Amino acid sequence: MKDIEIKGMISAHTIMAASVLMATVLPLLFVDGFSVYGTHLVWLYSVSGAVAAVNITVYWLLGISPPSKKNTLSYKVSKAFRSCLYFILSCFLFHTVVVLYGAPLLESALETFSFAVLLSTFTTLRCLCILGPNVQAWIRVFSRDGAMSVWDTSLQITTACSMIGAWLGAFPIPLDWDRPWQVWPVSCTLGATFGFLTGLVVAPLWIHWHRKQLTYKSK
Amino acid sequence: MKIRSSVFASLCLVIEVFGIVLFLRGFFPVPVKSSLSSKSKVSDLPLEPLEGHAANSSRIPPPLFKRVVIMLVDALREDFVFGPKGKEFMPYTRHLVERGSSHSFVAKARAPTVTMPRIKALTTGSIPGFIDVVMNLNSPALQEDNLIWQAKTAGKKVVFYGDDTWIRLFPKHFMEYDGTTSFFVSDYTEVDNNVTRHLDSTLKRDDWDVLILHYLGLDHIGHLSGPHSSLIGPKLLEMDDILKKIHTALISKVKHGLLKNLLKMCVEHSRSNIPLCSGSSQLKLSGHPFALLVLIASYFKTVRIGFETPEPVEQVDFTPTLALGLGLPISQNNVGHLILPVFEENTLREQLRFLHLNGFQLSHLIKDSTPDFEKDPGYEQFRIAEKSHGSWMKLYLEGNTSEVLSNMGKKVLKQYMDALKSMSESLSKQLGKYDMYSMIVGMSIVLEVLFLLLITMAEALSGAAEVDLPLSSALCSLPFYLLCLFCSSIHVMVCTSTESTCYFCSLSWALVFAVIAFFSSLLCVILSIIGRKLFWAKPQMKNILKAQSSDSGFSELDILLLTGTLGHVLSLGASSFIEEEHQTWYFLLNTLCLAVFQDVCRKYFREKKSHRDLDENSYLPSKDDTPTVDYSSRTSALAGYEKWLALVTPLATLVCCRMLRSLNQTGVQWAHLPDLGHWLNNSEHIVELSLLAAASLVLIFLLVQRRCSLVSKIALGLGLLGVYSYRAAVGNVLFPWQQDGRDISKGTVEARFVYIFVLGILFTGAKDLLRSQVISSDTQLKSRGLWEIYSGVVLLAALLFRPHNLPVLLFCLLIQTIMAQFIWKELQYDAAQTTIMHYWFGQAFLYFQGNSNNIATVDISAGFVGLENYVEIPAIFLTAFCTYAGPLLWACHLVCYLSSERERSTAAIGHGCYCFALLRSIPAAAYIILVTALRYHLFIWSVFSPKLLYEGMHTLVTAAVCVFFTAMDQNHAVRT
Repeated sequence: MKDIEIKGMISAHTIMAASVLMATVLPLLFVDGFSVYGTHLVWLYSVSGAVAAVNITVYWLLGISPPSKKNTLSYKVSKAFRSCLYFILSCFLFHTVVVLYGAPLLESALETFSFAVLLSTFTTLRCLCILGPNVQAWIRVFSRDGAMSVWDTSLQITTACSMIGAWLGAFPIPLDWDRPWQVWPVSCTLGATFGFLTGLVVAPLWIHWHRKQLTYKSK
Repeated sequence: MKIRSSVFASLCLVIEVFGIVLFLRGFFPVPVKSSLSSKSKVSDLPLEPLEGHAANSSRIPPPLFKRVVIMLVDALREDFVFGPKGKEFMPYTRHLVERGSSHSFVAKARAPTVTMPRIKALTTGSIPGFIDVVMNLNSPALQEDNLIWQAKTAGKKVVFYGDDTWIRLFPKHFMEYDGTTSFFVSDYTEVDNNVTRHLDSTLKRDDWDVLILHYLGLDHIGHLSGPHSSLIGPKLLEMDDILKKIHTALISKVKHGLLKNLLKMCVEHSRSNIPLCSGSSQLKLSGHPFALLVLIASYFKTVRIGFETPEPVEQVDFTPTLALGLGLPISQNNVGHLILPVFEENTLREQLRFLHLNGFQLSHLIKDSTPDFEKDPGYEQFRIAEKSHGSWMKLYLEGNTSEVLSNMGKKVLKQYMDALKSMSESLSKQLGKYDMYSMIVGMSIVLEVLFLLLITMAEALSGAAEVDLPLSSALCSLPFYLLCLFCSSIHVMVCTSTESTCYFCSLSWALVFAVIAFFSSLLCVILSIIGRKLFWAKPQMKNILKAQSSDSGFSELDILLLTGTLGHVLSLGASSFIEEEHQTWYFLLNTLCLAVFQDVCRKYFREKKSHRDLDENSYLPSKDDTPTVDYSSRTSALAGYEKWLALVTPLATLVCCRMLRSLNQTGVQWAHLPDLGHWLNNSEHIVELSLLAAASLVLIFLLVQRRCSLVSKIALGLGLLGVYSYRAAVGNVLFPWQQDGRDISKGTVEARFVYIFVLGILFTGAKDLLRSQVISSDTQLKSRGLWEIYSGVVLLAALLFRPHNLPVLLFCLLIQTIMAQFIWKELQYDAAQTTIMHYWFGQAFLYFQGNSNNIATVDISAGFVGLENYVEIPAIFLTAFCTYAGPLLWACHLVCYLSSERERSTAAIGHGCYCFALLRSIPAAAYIILVTALRYHLFIWSVFSPKLLYEGMHTLVTAAVCVFFTAMDQNHAVRT
């Protein structure tokens, strides 16, 4: 059972990592003068768009999202609506946190918000896909020993990795090297992306190695 | 010997302070100074060397320039003139340079590249040591021998327009002056117009000899909007126009009166690393901020074809060149050598004479500063060159005019140049010479202390909070005596072999031996503790390991606290991270708040998540439900309200920190950004500032008075009122009922009024403490006494803080109150965790106050509060207190908090004290090693050494705090 899930996870994660790479490479063909540093926001949107699309499709196809008891259309619509609301709220939340961390309040607000969108895509969107718009489940997963499936564990790992990546990405900013990637928010977005990719790679490996210790409470 | 953790920690810190002092003494070189305290005089000048004859004329060749215009443009980069921008925006200058009627050089300047030391370098020719900057905070006037003084004594008339730093450095030296302050960075037109408006009238007149213009506008643009700003082009054009104006005026003078004039455009790089410099990575990487010299004179006639890249010279070379050009004696402490191309039009004899004068001055300086100057290669070369100069003179005076003579002359010239260069180099190298032996001794003491602290960690943080030091067994052991002997022999060897002076060797024998004995005993203690651990702990090892594996290990918060502390230590290796250390602390503090928030959430939401949306909550295991429901029903009413407060606290802290962060911009890269502090200090916003200060004072009173006795409450209230009236008297804030005609006084009376209350409150607190210790071991009385001492410290800080910084104090108190109330107590953090958090907050508040790792940000005005004039000891104490008020307040709060939490653990204060010592020792020791390793780094004087001073000072402050801790811990010892 677990092996099949791990294999599924590996393929899903591979697709997601590939989508990040494609989102970096493909716009070269369509957008003039595209570069990760130069037109950073374009890159950022293309990556978050690609990751969002792939996430939603993959998890919908895999059918991991929680089975809903009511299968009515109105329930589905309200769920989708709530998911969108949560996503937007999380963007604003991330924006606030980033500003509290010292990002300028008014200046380059668009960049800050785009960064918040990227972070939300890497973290909140995956939570929404796997757990649904259900705050209690989120709290359960992110409290200690709360994971109840391999997907929960992978969610923990990728989210933590993205966050730590973004956190570490802020460190080069005060250095006076005058590199294009030190401009706000390039280093942080790159950090978050690398963290996310690392998380995607690490999660199946970690689960594989610890599959003996991982005992999940039955659903 | 068993001693308590707090005593142990304070002892360690005190020893460490001594180690650091020794290290600092070895690290900071004594500046190269001529032994003659007087200034060079024309009569002191050496005779022209001549073989055989005793005396020859001692006169200086006639001055090259009758008149000099020095135009300083701050932050004009080399590529603004010689790069593509130069063609576009500085056409006239480029034209002059390309035509060849000028000499251009790129002058390397040495750190510290702040305006004042640079002006000093330009006028005295010496390389200002870092310690100079520190020592001269008090006496602004330049006492050393310098060009301006020489010019004034020679009867030349000096006119100056520009940055008022010059006027402060050279009071009464200028015939005419108009200073502009460089304080308002946002203004980049008026500062320059202020200079230019005098230009026309001055240029028409003939009554001056030296005109100095110092333009700041370009520098301000650089500060405001960086080196690629669109404002730079017009500014460069403006500068070019001014240059053209001066040049044409001088040339017309030449036509009329056949005077030789020199226009010197010289560029100064003020404030290193700030935009204009860091904008160009090439400049920054090559390390030295450059200054540009374009010498344009009606006098230079050589036409060079093409456009060459300018030669690099040292900035100090400007001084002897200009001095000789004006026919003045070279200032005594000059280490530069003259720039020969400037004198290429002179006869060979004159050139040789100039070189000889310069060499003579440099050799004098070498004689004074090095004991064995005879061995110096430059000095030897100079002797040889002087001799051949003499024989050349003999031939010359005999009327020999053959080819041989001129060839020989050129050879002498080359000899002189080589000698000058090597003497100049060896002199500047002396500035970078470290007293390695003292440094190593200091460093090893600090390291030993750190090791001792680290290996006793388990004991010191145990429940008993006692450390067992096997001192007596160590003192009686053979290794101790062997070590003493060994170290003494090393000492004798080092001190007899080195040629250079060494501070540690110059100490008296008894003192040195005491240090050696102490060092070896510490080493023996460490070794025996390690031995004991290895032998005794073996059987227990298994148990410990078992216990550790069964324990869940570190929580996220612990990991953050550990990585944060270690990460901060590692970050000290990069100069940028030192310059921007506040960013590190703010970042860590934010993360800490978020981690605490997560802890709070975990504590309160675990229980809460049960009975809502049960239909959706399909995963919740049903067995979790029952206890949580119980819990939440049990404590619903009170806990509900407390829970929300606890949840809000870390977020409120975050918001407070964000607001404080925008109050004072510090550091280097973003220091120029507008901040609230500047806005408030603008005289237009005095009403807002007054309101803010008054509101802060009232709130401070409300926060502090809660736990004071009635007497202290009244004293505190009156004291805070006194603080406001002091600020009103000084003119910082408005009094609501202030008469219009009142003058701004020094506010001495008001400040002393506050001092009386501070002393009064401290006295009541001390009295309570004493009573609680001697008469009854009453914890209530004790914690009240501690709180009173704390409020006295707050009152003193309120007096010394500038009015716009009062919110820092307010938020400090607010955060302390809410964190203590809802977080530290509720979440059961242990003493070590609380101490680390307090330390982090203290560090962040140090920077919230507007401090940085640069000496320039120390607020010296705090040292004058309540004093009629400068009195050294109180001024130093007050300045240090004001600077370190943030860490001090947090440390005081820690003592109050831990002793009020006494019922939880009696060893809390001991643990806190030990953690404080450890937290200070790790960065201090790491930084000392780092500085020793990086002692030839380019930024060692500008970035690393100020930080070293700050580290030393901080260790001293922490040692004082730990001694206070120990005193508070006394009670515990008496009772047990």
